[in-house]
This record gives sequence, C-alpha cells and structure tokens, in this order.
Amino acid sequence: MKAVIVASLVGALCAQLHAADWLQFRGPGGTGIATDAKLTTQLDEKSVAWKISLPGRGLSSPVIVGDKVFLTASSGTEQDRLHVLCFSAKSGAKLWERQFWATGRTMTFPKTCVAANSPCSDGQRLFCLFSSNDLLCLDLDGNVLWLRGLTRDYPNASNSLGMAASPIVVGDTLVVPVENDSESFAVGIDVATGANRWKNNRPKVACWATPVVVPDAKSGQPLVVLQSGPGLSVVNARTGQEAWYFTDGASTMSSSVLVGGVLYVPSKGMTAMKPGAAGAHPEVLWQNAQLAPSTASPVVLGDKVFTLNAAGILSAAALKDGKRLWQLRTTGPYSATPVGVGKFLYLANEKGLVQVVDTAAPEGAVVSSLDLKDTFIGTPSIGAGALFIRSDKALVKLGGS
Amino acid sequence: MKPLSLILLGTTLAAAPVHADFKSDIAAIRQVGAEGKGNPPAAAAWKSLAKADAKSLVPLLTAMDDANDLAANYLRSAVDAIADRELAAGRKLPQSDLEKFLAEKQHNPRARRLAYELIARVSPATGEKLLPTFANDPSVELRRDAVQQLIDAADKALAAQDKAAATKEFSHALTYARDEAQIKKVAGELRKLGQAVDLPKHFGFLTHWKLLGAFDNTKLVGFDTAYAPEKAVDLAATYDGKLDQARWVDVATPHDYGMVDFNKSFGDLKGVTGYAFTEFNAAAAGPAELRLGCKNGWKVWFNGTLLFGRDEYHRGSRIDQYRLPVTLKAGKNTILVKACQNEEVKDWTKEWEFQLRVCDASGTAILAKDRPATPKGGVDNTKADTKKGTK
Repeated sequence: MKAVIVASLVGALCAQLHAADWLQFRGPGGTGIATDAKLTTQLDEKSVAWKISLPGRGLSSPVIVGDKVFLTASSGTEQDRLHVLCFSAKSGAKLWERQFWATGRTMTFPKTCVAANSPCSDGQRLFCLFSSNDLLCLDLDGNVLWLRGLTRDYPNASNSLGMAASPIVVGDTLVVPVENDSESFAVGIDVATGANRWKNNRPKVACWATPVVVPDAKSGQPLVVLQSGPGLSVVNARTGQEAWYFTDGASTMSSSVLVGGVLYVPSKGMTAMKPGAAGAHPEVLWQNAQLAPSTASPVVLGDKVFTLNAAGILSAAALKDGKRLWQLRTTGPYSATPVGVGKFLYLANEKGLVQVVDTAAPEGAVVSSLDLKDTFIGTPSIGAGALFIRSDKALVKLGGS
Repeated sequence: MKPLSLILLGTTLAAAPVHADFKSDIAAIRQVGAEGKGNPPAAAAWKSLAKADAKSLVPLLTAMDDANDLAANYLRSAVDAIADRELAAGRKLPQSDLEKFLAEKQHNPRARRLAYELIARVSPATGEKLLPTFANDPSVELRRDAVQQLIDAADKALAAQDKAAATKEFSHALTYARDEAQIKKVAGELRKLGQAVDLPKHFGFLTHWKLLGAFDNTKLVGFDTAYAPEKAVDLAATYDGKLDQARWVDVATPHDYGMVDFNKSFGDLKGVTGYAFTEFNAAAAGPAELRLGCKNGWKVWFNGTLLFGRDEYHRGSRIDQYRLPVTLKAGKNTILVKACQNEEVKDWTKEWEFQLRVCDASGTAILAKDRPATPKGGVDNTKADTKKGTK
C-alpha cells in the first residue's frame, strides 16, 4: 500500500516537471546528459541567441524549469551580496531578482567566488546554496519559503578557499554537503520547512564533489552517495543512515556519475562499481588509473565514459571494461564538466571556447567551436532547446530560438 | 528599558498606514532562529508583507533594526519584491520618507544602504547629491562609495600634476577609508608622494606581543591540548617544549598589516604550537571586534575567555578573515592567541603567523590608551596583494 502511495506521489511530482528541465548541477540524475534535447552542433556567432549582463560573479550552473532559467550570483567587495535571478529562457528578460546578505564567511580563492555552488529544484521550489553556506529556498515566482545560514548554525563550517559542492533534492529531502577541514558534515533538510531531518559528521577534509543518487541494490530505495577524500558513504536520503561505504579513496573535486545501474567514481583514476545495498558492499567492476579526471566530472555517453584531464585531453573508455579507446586533444584548461546530447559533448574551457565533440567519430573529433571571449568556470546547462552558460559577467544562451 | 531602535520601530509601525497584520507579520519574521526555527510562520508573513504597497517600505526597513541576520534577509527580500512590483507598475516610491530614514544613522546600516539604493534607483541625481555626506557613515558600503569620490578627485589632481592637491585629497580619503582595498590604494599613492603613512595604526593592528614556543602539534594534537598558557599566563615561566625549553620572547612587528611571525622567533618549525599574548589598555568600556587573519589552526582568548577556535590549515589568510565581537573593559584587557602549525612540507605551508586588530563594527580602529609607536622597518604592503589565497 505504502509503495502505491509513494509511486502516486512520485508520479504527481513528475507530472509537474517538464521532460526538458535541468534541475541541478549536471542536470537529470547528475549525468550531464539531456536525453531528448535537440541542440545545434555547428556553433558560430549566430548561435548566440542572447547574452544578458549579470549583477555579480558566479560559477554556479543555471537551473531550467519550463521557460524559466534560474541563476545565482554574488557581488560587493566582500562578495557578501547574494543574488537569486530568474530569466525568461526564450527572451532573456529578467523576470525577478531577490537579494540577500551573506550570513557566513565569504573569503574564497580568487578564481572562485561565493556563488559557486549550483542551485537545484524539485520543480516547485528553488534551493540556492552559496559558499557562505547560506541556503535559500524560494518558489519559482521568487517568494521566499525558508532561509538557513549553515555557518550561522554551525560556526566552524567553512572553507577559506571557498565551498562549491552543490545540493541535490531526493524526494522531499534536500541533501546538502558542507564538507571542509573543520566542522564537516552533510545534512538532510525537509524541503517544506528548512528543518534538519538528519545531520551526519563527515571526514574533516575539504571537498567540492556533489552527491549523486543511487538505488539500494535490494530495496530500490534512493540512497545518496556522499563523496570525500577517504571514499564514499552512501546513506538513506530520508534518514541519513549509512547503507554501504567504499574506503578506497575518491576525488575531492570531480563528482561520481550513475548511468545504467553502474556508478563511475573518480577513485584510483576511475572505478566502476555496481552499487551496494543496506549492509552489502558494492561490486567493483573495473579500475583504470589512466582515466583520472581533474576538476571536471566524468560523463557517460552511449557505451563510453569520458574524462577530461588538466591538460585538456579528453579520454574515452569502454563502459564494459574501462579500457581506454582513444584520446582527443582539445583546447583547455577546463573547470567545467562537459554536457552532452545525442553523440555530442559540449566542452566549455576557462577562456570561453565552447567546443563540440563528436564522440562517435573513430578517435573523437571537434566538429565546431565558438569563442565567447570570457572566463567560464561553471558547468553549462541544457534546457528549452538551448545551452546556457554563464561567466562572472553574463549569462549566454546558445542555440534555440 | 527598551533599546532606542525598538522604540523607533514601535513608533514607525504605529504610524505606518499598512495592513492590519503588519505588526504580527514582522514579529513572525523577527523570531526566525537557528536550524530552521520559525521558518514556516516567517514564510507566511513574508508572502503577506510582500503584497503590501510602497508605503510599507520604510516600516520594513525600520523593522531590520536589531533583527537577526536571517530576519533581515526575509525583510530585505520583501523590500525588493515590493519595490520591483511598484516600479514596474509605474507607481512611485516614498522618496522623502526614504531620505528621512537614510538620514537617521541609528538604523541598521545595511537597511540604510538599501534605502539609498532605492532612492538612487528612482533618482540617480539625488543619489549622487547625497553620496558625499556619507564619508564618515556607519554603513560600510555608503562610506566606501563616498570615499571613492574622494579618491577619484585625488586621482584627478594627480593626473593634472597638482601634487599638493592630490596629497590633500588622498590624506582626506585616508581619514575616512575603512575598505582595505581603498586604504591600500590611498596609502600607496601617499607614499609615492613622499608622505609617511602609519598603516598598522590606521587599521588598529596590535604590533607588540609576547610569543611563546614551541609545543607539540604532531598529528595536530596541539589544537585540543591545553598547554600551560591556557590555564594561566605567566610571562616569567619556562616550559618543556617540543624541542627545547619554551619561553616567552618579545616581538614588535613593523609589518604594514600587523603580521606576527612565529617562524622569525623560533625557526621554520613544523608540527608545533605557539602562543602570543598582549594587553590592550582601553580608554573606555564598550563593544569592539577583534579581527583576526590566520592560515594556521588557532584559538583566541579575551580576558581569559575562549572566543573561538578553528582547525583549518593553509587554506588562505586575509585581513579581517574572522570577526570576534567582544566587550572591552575600561583599562587593561588581555588577549591570548594560540597558533598551531601542521606538518605539511610544501612551500605554501611554511607560514606560521597571524594578524589581529581591534576596531568597531565599521572597521574603525580602536587604539589602546598607551599604544606604542609602530616599529620602523615595515614591509610596504601597499605593493603586495594582501587578499591572495593559497593553494
């Protein structure tokens, strides 16, 4: 009976979401892939549908719900003004903006800023996390639903280099990673009220990786992969109770990705594993040290997993055994994770060069590129038939009408 | 006795031509607290308040007086929502009421800045006209913009080769500047013009300390180990240290930004803990802030009470990295700093140092009655980037 109710609730929620929505960092399921989008693969100057100036800095990814694009930014000499913005995806017109003052520390490494964490949405609410650990929940019309100051609540939760891991929504729980060298934790928050459902202590190690959802291998219940230097702690999204763990180490920068029931973890290069279940360990399928990503997270497209290293080399490996198939030299450096549609990957480097890679070509091939002549650190988003990418200065729509 | 701001708020609410539930809505928002406490009623109140008309703007701004920072965020976003809607509909904002609110300096400095931005949004000319009046304002942002006008005037004089006028304008700007980037720029220009600038004094950095080192911090054990100075400070005592006898030594830093370097006194040690002690002779009792910059693990005690501690190592340091509110006693106050160095050996983990200043909430230095002269031979920090992070 319970299962029927849950299924109905999930169905009702899904009915309100558009298939093309991009609700979190790396979009649907945190995969970076828009399965049913149609995007131009021949980028040129005419691909820029619009470009909108922003009131502050940021490397957070846009969230797209229907025709609305949501974005965060931070401004002021102390980066202590937090902006939440909503634009029309079609026209770029600003629909609303709300400002807040940071309640936590705002110091960051110069390359990043306070608007580093990507917001996420459940299709009805927008959850915005900032490096200051301010967590703001608004509805899609800009009405404030609840506010939290996580450094205000837990005063040693901060990172002087800047925080950047993004929250994710799992059912009616918002999972927020606040992993740092001092007061390090992850917290599950009631999306309706902003109150804690659970709070787990985490390794005292700065980490910028974003959680992903995996099903419990036995019950199918959603579990959340919390990643850190020592490895993975995989917890029940509703209770925070640890179901299984992995202690072979993991990247503190690049996030894991789940595709086809296999979890690809940036660990010892790349480790593919079948997720475990409550009390049951995962099954490691393969490891390949040649596939170590740098900042960007791995992406799976078709039957290959792709990683980007610091030098801009895109590596393709077979999903079945991790064997490296080819390497393609692209123009780096990169901070952003590639996003994909069909057989194409879109790579945005830090200098503003967006490159389209045909991953079905024998050795991979860059089929077009566009120089946006700006600094892009954040990962692009795909929605409303277009690719949205932001710099410290502007939000740009590529493709679409 | 009620604080003045609460009395003012009550007066404003009583006089405000706003909806009936305004008072209870404000009360609902002002009670938000830790770990999500009070969010559901605050959200309902927000929705009600955001529907109000422009006459509610000043009462909402006034309600930020003494509100906690979460409540202030609820209120400021309601102000945004109302102002955006009213202006989009072609209606006017209460400019004269906003100007009156702005002129009343006892209000929340951030609320006054918001009032200023609303005024300037509707009438940029009024904003320009008002700006020079904020050079000595409690609002850091209003002050910064006013000081920038003074700096721009000085730059103009400099470009016109009028060194006397430029010196005068830059000196004027330095008097009021509290923003670190502005102070750095102005001090640098004044020095190029042959003027002496006592930056440690301008900032209020404490330059004279007793340092004690070094105790153990192998595997970071020192952070949670209460070595002798945490129980009682005895400046004549010696202790068994990690390597040899630990004793207090005098240090007077000439650094522009008050940096106190343990390595200079004890050698480039790793896996160690040190202490710094000083007294601050306050002219008057009152609220103040100790502002610390430190990239090592640290703890700070004020008059024997632990204020805060943080066990983060080598993630970056900057002026005013941590703000620690205190209440000064008139006369002698004591400050004890613990600084822990880890065992990393990379180049960017060498520093074992801190900087600490005493100031008010706007960043204006509070100087000790018997502040000693700033030591000579300082590093010219106006030529270096003080906000840089580390790896």
